[in-house]
Amino acid sequence: MSQSADVTLEVAENVGRRSHLARRMLKNPTGLFAIIVIALLILMAAFAPLLTSQDPDYADIRNILASPSAEHLLGTDSAGRDVWARLVFATRYSLLGAALATFLAAIIGVTSGLIAGYYGRWFESVSAWLTSLVMALPGLVVLLAARAVIGPTLWGAMAIFGVLLAPAFYRLTQAAVMGVRNELYVDAARVAGVKDPSIIGRHILTVVRAPVIIQAAIVTLIAIAIQAGLGFIGMSDPTIPTWGGMLNDAFTKMYQQPLLLVWPASIIALASVAFALFANALRDELERSAKPKKAKSKTKAAVNAEGAPAEVHAETEAAPRDLLLEVDGLVVGYDQPDGSLTQVVNGVSLTVRKGEVHGLIGESGSGKTQTAFSILGLLPEGGRVAAGSIVFDGDELTGKSVKQMRKIQGKRISYVPQEPMSNLDPSFTIGSQLVEPMRETLGISGKEAKARALDLLAKVGLPDPEKTFRSYPHQVSGGQAQRVLIAGAISCEPDLIIADEPTTALDVTVQADILDLLRGLQQELGVAVLLVTHNFGVVADLCDRVSVMQKGRIVETGPARSIFAGPRHAYTQSLFDAILEDGAARGSLSHSSDRHVNAGGAK
Amino acid sequence: MTAAEPLLEVTDLVVEYPIKGFGRKPFRALKGVSIDVKPGECVGLVGESGSGKTTLGRAVLGLAPVTEGSVKFKGREIGTISRRERRELSEDIQVVFQDPYTSLNPSLTIEQTLAEPLRVKNVSAADARKRVRTLLDQVGLPADAAQRLPREFSGGQRQRIAIARALALEPALIVCDEPVSALDLSTQARVLDLFKDIQEATGVAYLFVSHDLAVVRHLSHRVAVMYHGEIVEYGDGDKVTSDPEHPYTQRLLMAAPVADPDRQAQRRADRARMLEAQREADLQAGAA
Amino acid sequence: MVQFTLRRLGAGVVLLFAITTIAYLLLYLSGGDIARQILGQTATEETVAKKAEELGLNEPLIPRYVNWLSDALHGDFGRSWFSSQPVAETITSRLSVTLTLVVGTVLISAIVSIALGVWAARKRGWVDRLIQVLSILGFAIPSFLIAILLVNVFALNLGWFQPTGYIRWSASPAGWLESVTLPIIALSIGAVAAVAQQVRGSVIDAQRQDWVRTLRSRGVRENKVIYKHVLRNAGGPALAVLALQFVGLLGGTLIVEQIFAIPGIGPLTIQSTTQGDIPIVMGVVVATGVVVVVVNLVFDLLQGFLNPKVRLS
Repeated sequence: MSQSADVTLEVAENVGRRSHLARRMLKNPTGLFAIIVIALLILMAAFAPLLTSQDPDYADIRNILASPSAEHLLGTDSAGRDVWARLVFATRYSLLGAALATFLAAIIGVTSGLIAGYYGRWFESVSAWLTSLVMALPGLVVLLAARAVIGPTLWGAMAIFGVLLAPAFYRLTQAAVMGVRNELYVDAARVAGVKDPSIIGRHILTVVRAPVIIQAAIVTLIAIAIQAGLGFIGMSDPTIPTWGGMLNDAFTKMYQQPLLLVWPASIIALASVAFALFANALRDELERSAKPKKAKSKTKAAVNAEGAPAEVHAETEAAPRDLLLEVDGLVVGYDQPDGSLTQVVNGVSLTVRKGEVHGLIGESGSGKTQTAFSILGLLPEGGRVAAGSIVFDGDELTGKSVKQMRKIQGKRISYVPQEPMSNLDPSFTIGSQLVEPMRETLGISGKEAKARALDLLAKVGLPDPEKTFRSYPHQVSGGQAQRVLIAGAISCEPDLIIADEPTTALDVTVQADILDLLRGLQQELGVAVLLVTHNFGVVADLCDRVSVMQKGRIVETGPARSIFAGPRHAYTQSLFDAILEDGAARGSLSHSSDRHVNAGGAK
Repeated sequence: MTAAEPLLEVTDLVVEYPIKGFGRKPFRALKGVSIDVKPGECVGLVGESGSGKTTLGRAVLGLAPVTEGSVKFKGREIGTISRRERRELSEDIQVVFQDPYTSLNPSLTIEQTLAEPLRVKNVSAADARKRVRTLLDQVGLPADAAQRLPREFSGGQRQRIAIARALALEPALIVCDEPVSALDLSTQARVLDLFKDIQEATGVAYLFVSHDLAVVRHLSHRVAVMYHGEIVEYGDGDKVTSDPEHPYTQRLLMAAPVADPDRQAQRRADRARMLEAQREADLQAGAA
Repeated sequence: MVQFTLRRLGAGVVLLFAITTIAYLLLYLSGGDIARQILGQTATEETVAKKAEELGLNEPLIPRYVNWLSDALHGDFGRSWFSSQPVAETITSRLSVTLTLVVGTVLISAIVSIALGVWAARKRGWVDRLIQVLSILGFAIPSFLIAILLVNVFALNLGWFQPTGYIRWSASPAGWLESVTLPIIALSIGAVAAVAQQVRGSVIDAQRQDWVRTLRSRGVRENKVIYKHVLRNAGGPALAVLALQFVGLLGGTLIVEQIFAIPGIGPLTIQSTTQGDIPIVMGVVVATGVVVVVVNLVFDLLQGFLNPKVRLS
């Protein structure tokens, strides 16, 4: 009883979600158009006998190539058969043929794709090979060869074509399943004792369902095209009316009755376009629903940069150095389709002095990286500086064009990213990626740039600069890649380096080495660094001054020592409290508790 | 079962992954690892990427192939059991993964996710629903969370849901694979406290995998340090994480920066000295 | 790189062997009374039997296949049952015509689709939407329908081109160009639609990669970022789609050749299929198989050139 109730509940929910997508398809104009056309074609095929009183095969040889009339709605063909009747019945056969091909392809492809994707091993190797075999065959040549053997049969041809198209479904399903199989939630389900068929049904089929429908629409349109093509060259079954067959007849009489070509050509084009639009609209809706909705402060056009002022610690140095970077009231936002602005930085003000290391610390979503990107002039697509100013060495950066910014980037302000591996172009050698910017921003020769690059690689502590220079990014480790990126950042002798979590992606022992490198280079070159991080240890290691960010604002700023000695803002204090380093250890099991051991043992 | 007897006992475990391509040597992720976990105990497993710590956790869960050696749970060999037997073990061994974003199926509600292990054990729908409420309460989430989808929760909240899923069948052991490394500092501390509270309340044992010595120190009774597929140091949590013996553990400890400029300067100097000493020792060992 | 090439080549040869074996066995297994078919209904039983003997149809299938294969390896694919012309000669003379069309189509669609795809990805807005709509239409409508449309509009109504026929390059380069223009346009539209979509998608993806931001942060010019780095990385997926399109193109060419009465593989295949001229059909299968394997090898090498991970693994 309860079991069935649960099952119905689940079904209801799934139907609910599916109809959600279906409803959105109906609201999408192209989706709606496609669905209406496909529905009309299916109705036409289903009710063919009701739509015409003429026999599609009755040849009235006294009345060939007639023009449209009351009796023959669309006229007659070269054998005097009623064109409208043939068109209606041809729709029935053509759609059934295409459906057969699609159905077979989907069944074979999805099933083998599920097995290969989920279990892998030999089955996958065999199917992968068969797939490449089948995909190397031009479909039409195979169908023509097959016709020589099995004769002109629509169903036979479409069945063979279905097999030939199965790889389309196989590849899609296998890739989707491979992706999902490695998802941690599938591992979790396995550990939870869920059986394989349930895992496939519950976690995997739901993922491939929509892509399979999209693929089915595309395969149907390919089947329609190939079937019409076969008919057009006179290779289809002459005993049943098909779109392609009609086209063949019309083409031979193109000079006498050009109108005959219009009907089959139009309906083939209409059906193909409808299926293509259907696939496209569904893909669009699917992509739209996959985007996570982020709840962030939204403001209408007007920019909101208010908030409590930051806690400012007094300067401790007797003679502070000159200002290099001055950010004032910076607001960064992303324009939304509805015209509003989603703000991610809400009025940040901070200063970086020449030759100092300034730490910008905050948790995820605090806006620290967005602040860094807006100083670099490299906000992601859709993002913009909505208010405030960024003055670099007396020069206002906001409002500069891409071209003007490019003169400052690299040469004056440079960047060390977080993920070393994803920040090198995988298609070019490390050397060429170092040489290219130097030649462009410094205007030096290739030879000179190469010599410099080798020096830099040695300087950042890479043991074999020549070898690294020749290597591609995938041939070096993460720590080495980060050294390469640091070499790139200092290659044009900038005044300010913006380092965005430069050690977060690295192992802790590598992190320590990179921190040593950064410190050494900073002292040697006297360059200012804006260091974005979430780690107080890294700040303690490197920074002269610190700004603490929370929810797009700076809540506390001042010399590092004075903040570490006495954080004033409640948020900063809570962050310090959460630090585990040097905290008390758990202790050994025996004296911490024997009572829960018993509880555990009793189970 | 007495407290001294191990709940989990791994002996000389070797895990090899085949490398694609004919005649290539398989990749040996674990090279003969031995470890044990007592009931109610938290054993920390610390190491850097590629050390094999995650593989060891997955081998215990039956998600990595056991090539040699044995994995015993409550005295019974579980390293090479069938899929069916493994499914039955779900009442005893559970898991919390690292990434809170991919460890929950985005299209299932929290209740569907939490009820999944219960439904497998034929718990009725009504009882499962009740149990889900209790579990949510246990991990500090409101009851109305049940009807929502994972994307409506923050990273820390998702990790609480993953913990609730692991607790659903009241297991004796939970393998925790870097469960707090994707979380922010303040969230991380709260989730670690939750792990501690749950252990004290239920007596579940943890095999706690992490790259962070401080996290492991905070929660573990005993700590094992892994390096290149081997355990290089194994013992009392406090001792291993504050005064280690093995050179690698020493390097690991000294590499983590301290959140205090002066003490960090001190540690930096100590680390430089230690690395120099280790290098000299290596040279001498090489010369000898 | 040499090892990579050899490995792909080996895979291609295995594939070719598999295709020909399957095709041979299937074609001859269900061949029916071929001798009767060739000689017609009026022939006597004796002559039919003699013909069957002559064609070697009485021997068991496997030895016949082994014979065929060893002959084929020496370039001898037998003779047509109807015209008695050697198969190899008949096919090679026609294959060159078909390949002209196919290669022309591939080159033109590669250039046009890169231009359109990059344009759509960079401009976005209405340019993007227009190109997307045109791509859907171009992808959906079969090439032979487009060919029919082109013949009607540009050849019959406007009279700019000859509706049918083929002029060899050696006879008149201008005439050759005129005779291949419409067929190549008809064939290109579908390929352009598919590849342009892929180029657009992968350029947009590549533009969002972290390393693009890093290159920009180093002061590299925008045009260099796009045309040197982004395009090279977007090239792999686009090339894969183009390779798939190529296989489909071989089929499309058969029909388009029929429409324009071009003496390529198309009309030959259609004729031999209707007649049941199995040596020719077999020859066509082998020829297309070789073309597909060679072209896939070229695409694989290009892929290796674009992607160092493929080349160096």
